[in-house]
Amino acid sequence: MLNQNLPFMILATLSVFSALMVVLSRKPVHSVLYLIFCFFTIGGHYLLLNAQFLFAVHIIVYAGAIMVLFLFTLMFINLNKELEPHKTNLVKAAATIVAGTLLLVMVSTVTDTGNILPAQVSQNEVGTVAVLGKKLYGDYVLPFELTSILLLAAMVGAVMIGKKKTES
Amino acid sequence: MNSILSVVPIEYYLGLSVILFTIGVMGVLFRRNAIIVFMCIELMLNAVNLLLTAFSTLHGEAGGQVMVFFIMAVAAAEVAVGLAILVMIYNHLRTVDIKEMNKLKW
Repeated sequence: MLNQNLPFMILATLSVFSALMVVLSRKPVHSVLYLIFCFFTIGGHYLLLNAQFLFAVHIIVYAGAIMVLFLFTLMFINLNKELEPHKTNLVKAAATIVAGTLLLVMVSTVTDTGNILPAQVSQNEVGTVAVLGKKLYGDYVLPFELTSILLLAAMVGAVMIGKKKTES
Repeated sequence: MNSILSVVPIEYYLGLSVILFTIGVMGVLFRRNAIIVFMCIELMLNAVNLLLTAFSTLHGEAGGQVMVFFIMAVAAAEVAVGLAILVMIYNHLRTVDIKEMNKLKW
């Protein structure tokens, strides 16, 4: 049992550790690198869950695109100095208490919900490209097309916000 | 092919997602660098994505994974616009400290 759990346990430990380091490391570039590592471990979880399509999309979109955008912005505005003033202990304690209370609330909600789970794990193959492709271009074709409009709007918006105002 | 969920209980995934989400919340409350606050929001999105994928595999229902795909698309759009806004804020204020962004506060 433990042996079969081992890949999950290793990946989960790495995910939690790197997520903590994102929050705790002082230099922003280290945070970005730890976040990339965290995304790779989450990609490993997707592989364990037989979600190959999501694994590929996750690696390409998150590790490939979003984190490069973060790194690019960080280097662009040259923030690797530790200019962030240390927060007071009061604020740190308050943040930790709030986060801990949230954790408590979520854990107790999960444990109080009772048994909503199916009796046995489904053996359907749902994570493959073939299944998801059929689903995406069948039932979900309208949201899929709307996503392209959303991305176009986001691109136009980013360019509009980011460009220098030369006139006026 | 046996699913991983026949050896790893779904509760473990619930626990992992809750912990990752809480770390993200803590980061948002904790840090003052707006870019790191942004990254913690991504972390929270990923915790939810992981749980959606786990439940979708558990139920053998592809809809959950399609939802994860859409969440990723929305996250990409959000990051592009958000980072553009941050760069503009930096051009105006010469800082990304969220304590300095208080013009709309009062």
